[in-house]
Amino acid sequence: MTAASGLAVDTAAPPSIIWPALLKDALLAAFVAVLLAVPLVGLQTYDVGGGALGIRTHFDWVGFAAIGVFAGRLALRLLPRTRRQHEGRGGRAFSRVSAWSNRRARAITLTGIAFAVALPFLPFSSRYLVDLGTTVLIYVMLGWGLNVVVGLAGLLDLGYVAFYAVGAYTFGLLASDLGFTFWEALPFSGLVAASFGVILGFPVLRLRGDYLAIVTLGFGEIIRIVLLNWAPVTGGPNGIGGIPRPSFFGLPFARSAPEGVTTFHQFFGVEFSPDQRVIFLYFVILAMALVTNLFTLRIRRLPVGRAWEALREDEIACRALGINPTTAKLSAFAIGAMFGGFAGCFFATRQGFISPESFTFIESATILAIVVLGGMGSQMGVVLAAILLVTLPEFGRAFAEFRMLIFGAAMIGVMVWRPQGLIAHREPTLRLGPQPVSTR
Amino acid sequence: MTEVAEPRVPLLAVERLTMRFGGLIAVDDLSFTAYRGEVTAIIGPNGAGKTTVFNCLTGFYRPSAGQLAMHHDGETLQLERIAGFRIARRAGIARTFQNIRLFAGMTVLENLIVAQHNPLMAASLFSIAGLLGLPRYRAAEREAIERARHWLNRTGLTDRADWLAGALPYGAQRRLEIARALCTGPALLCLDEPAAGLNPRESAELNELLLAIRAEKGIGILLIEHDMSVVMGISDHVIVLDYGRKIADGTAAEVRADPEVIKAYLGEEELNSLPKEVAADLEAPQT
Amino acid sequence: MRITLPASGTRAGMAYFLQQLINGLTLGSIYGLIAIGYTMVYGIIGMINFAHGEIYMIGAFISIIAFLVLGLAGVTYVPLALAVVLLTTMLFTSIYGWAVERIAYRPLRGSFRLAPLISAIGMSIFLQNYVQIFQGARVKPMPPVIEGGFTVFESGGFAVRLSYLQLFIMLLTLALMVGFTSVIAMTPLGRAQRACEQDMRMASLLGVDVNRVISMTFVMGAALAAVAGLMVTLYYGVVDFFIGFLAGVKAFTAAVLGGIGSLPGAMLGGILIGLIEAFWSGYFSVEYKDVSVFVVLVLVLVFCPTGLLGRPEVEKV
Repeated sequence: MTAASGLAVDTAAPPSIIWPALLKDALLAAFVAVLLAVPLVGLQTYDVGGGALGIRTHFDWVGFAAIGVFAGRLALRLLPRTRRQHEGRGGRAFSRVSAWSNRRARAITLTGIAFAVALPFLPFSSRYLVDLGTTVLIYVMLGWGLNVVVGLAGLLDLGYVAFYAVGAYTFGLLASDLGFTFWEALPFSGLVAASFGVILGFPVLRLRGDYLAIVTLGFGEIIRIVLLNWAPVTGGPNGIGGIPRPSFFGLPFARSAPEGVTTFHQFFGVEFSPDQRVIFLYFVILAMALVTNLFTLRIRRLPVGRAWEALREDEIACRALGINPTTAKLSAFAIGAMFGGFAGCFFATRQGFISPESFTFIESATILAIVVLGGMGSQMGVVLAAILLVTLPEFGRAFAEFRMLIFGAAMIGVMVWRPQGLIAHREPTLRLGPQPVSTR
Repeated sequence: MTEVAEPRVPLLAVERLTMRFGGLIAVDDLSFTAYRGEVTAIIGPNGAGKTTVFNCLTGFYRPSAGQLAMHHDGETLQLERIAGFRIARRAGIARTFQNIRLFAGMTVLENLIVAQHNPLMAASLFSIAGLLGLPRYRAAEREAIERARHWLNRTGLTDRADWLAGALPYGAQRRLEIARALCTGPALLCLDEPAAGLNPRESAELNELLLAIRAEKGIGILLIEHDMSVVMGISDHVIVLDYGRKIADGTAAEVRADPEVIKAYLGEEELNSLPKEVAADLEAPQT
Repeated sequence: MRITLPASGTRAGMAYFLQQLINGLTLGSIYGLIAIGYTMVYGIIGMINFAHGEIYMIGAFISIIAFLVLGLAGVTYVPLALAVVLLTTMLFTSIYGWAVERIAYRPLRGSFRLAPLISAIGMSIFLQNYVQIFQGARVKPMPPVIEGGFTVFESGGFAVRLSYLQLFIMLLTLALMVGFTSVIAMTPLGRAQRACEQDMRMASLLGVDVNRVISMTFVMGAALAAVAGLMVTLYYGVVDFFIGFLAGVKAFTAAVLGGIGSLPGAMLGGILIGLIEAFWSGYFSVEYKDVSVFVVLVLVLVFCPTGLLGRPEVEKV
């Protein structure tokens, strides 16, 4: 294919490998690794009891680290020589997958949606799997929501979890104080979250990149600390409990109901099963996520969405074209926050209770990692990254423990080797000519 | 070339414009008028304050003193009192930048559509009509694409309309920036060194483009330039700045022969030490 | 949680104020040392080293481990132990600082605007979890090393105490500041660094090894953060893998407050933040003391982004 023919053209003998220099370099790297590993890996503190600490040595681990770094460094230096002209074998594979998937975007999307809809009814399905799917979809929705702010408008928001929390707590308070149901509270969650988005937007209007990120981080932390400490309103560290589960248009998912109220299984004449509510929740979040996606796709073709992307590219040029950067930024924050709020409302109803420990900075960083790894601006990429994030720990205890470690390393790796993310492609919103047969 | 007895319609009247940055006076008491349908060039050595003037005109700096009167759509607007981004919309002034500022990650066509943001926003009722897919918005979008297509033709970019703006060669990027400015439907087009980095052939093409724009739309063009072939080739009116002050104001020929201008560019000692032939050459106006 | 304050205006109130002042200065010294790392890196390569808080945390952990090893080796003479731990933690933490730059930032020098920041966040997450995995998620306690103090001032039944530890922290900070400022002002490395801050390309054209200067900047920042880590270990007696995050944001706030890019500004900002935190928790509430610092951050960045001692930037169009 194209890449292969490119390879043919570029066949020149790679420069000869200078072994002594390479080995010295790798040895040096291994030496640094030893120095780094000895204090924190080689000497491990543990609780002896009574407030004292003991030390265990693990110098074998230090040895492994040294060998690993030596081999890794050598590999890093050697491999690119044969594929330097391209982005690297892994990179090339991703490019090919990326290009193929972009051509088949529509087909893939429809297949994906069909699979998602069918999931609860497939033969190998189980309550556990549907639960997992629900979690994935929450992160997908959060990722798509953050994508509006980070991917489209280019505003690095490190406090996105604040809007998630606001949405959840709005429902929690409306439910406990005023008896709102999930469907009644949903629009309010979005509205309140959007307002917080605007409130956050104002101070950061004139800030660029790094400063904007830190202020949004501060905002997220302020919200969390207030939620943690303002006990009379938010319940403090205990949060709010007893949040009602959603009903199927008025039919509760219960075994039996008080006088005059028909339950879901009674209405449809089926056996009661606790799975019914789980599946219903799954479809609710699936619908919400799809609405988010549809909305995003639509709004990219509208002046507002284009203004966001233009703002990301060059704010000064935007001003010169008569675009008001203030309204553009505030609208991006508000819309992104709104979706976060919706997701928060769903989260509250799924769990039945909420507490501040679900809304830490790590969550914000995780959602950001999903957007970044997926490829900022790419809808499919977000899905892929969310699936990876949620399902990886399920593959084994080792993965679960190392999950965030891997994610941190992945963020660095992606930035260094493939900053566009896993599936990076920006579909233009308008074309003058016909759709190209092959991608450039 | 100049039609006789056709009155010059003032477009932009700059009066006593002054811009201070702390102790540094970048623009000092500058006054000039740009006319409709004319190409006005601002020239001067580096650091003379030319881009600062542009930034004051287009709302990126707030002038320390002076008046900027723009006659547009039957009314006179004081630019120094309008918020930066509103100037493009209300006063009909569009600009390009010394260092090209395109939306590199968007396509050529999208760049031109973004330029028509304001009419599209109005037609889409802040995107609500757009979200609902109402015909009113679709019609506006079609119109916007037509206008974009028009300028793509003029600047020779039609077959690259779906390219990423960042992938265009340098000359084409400069032309795209001009096309984008034109898509805002301006009365005054401000170009900051449009010929920078262009070879002589491209500069000549640029001249043709600018003259065609002027002929077609009758808009005023305000130009900062170092490339004398462009300046002398198409300018109706030249203003020379040095250290923020205006040192000459007239037609291209007049300015060329002005001893103050020559002194500013070449330096006084140089002027005195020029061989006779060259000095004579400088003084005689050339067509 | 209501705090019973001594009645203001009385001499006990004055003593209480003085105590908060002392506490604030101590805390501020620690923040100032971390803030210097932020401000130096920002001054030279224009990016926030998001992982710097984690470097400080690593410094704290290495301090504890060093103390434990010395304890096992039978070293009990306090000044010797302190000196050894100080040097050890500065050494190893500097290597971490150096490695972070090489791995997460140097490859991204020419990349797009957000790339180094995202990479920094990734590195921060990585380091936090790295320490959590290998050292355990639980809090690590440390028995007091420097004990005792003296009463500075007493009135109305309230005694203002200045502990030897607090004195040690403040004096050490002072010494480091003096040493550091003279390094920047007088040594070739310091000159090279200032040149790189002004115009990196020109400096490199004039023969300055820009890569080395940047590396050294990270190393110096990390060394100071290590000292801060040691101080916090001694002062609070507990560390856990999460202290880097909060301290990092506060120290960054300090750097911005003092004027990002300015060394004395960083220390000034640090002291101010320390005082704000001490007075807030002393007079209002302890729970919201962190909020007070975040609010300061937002206010400074919105209303006065160049800080107290920083240089104003004009936007070039």
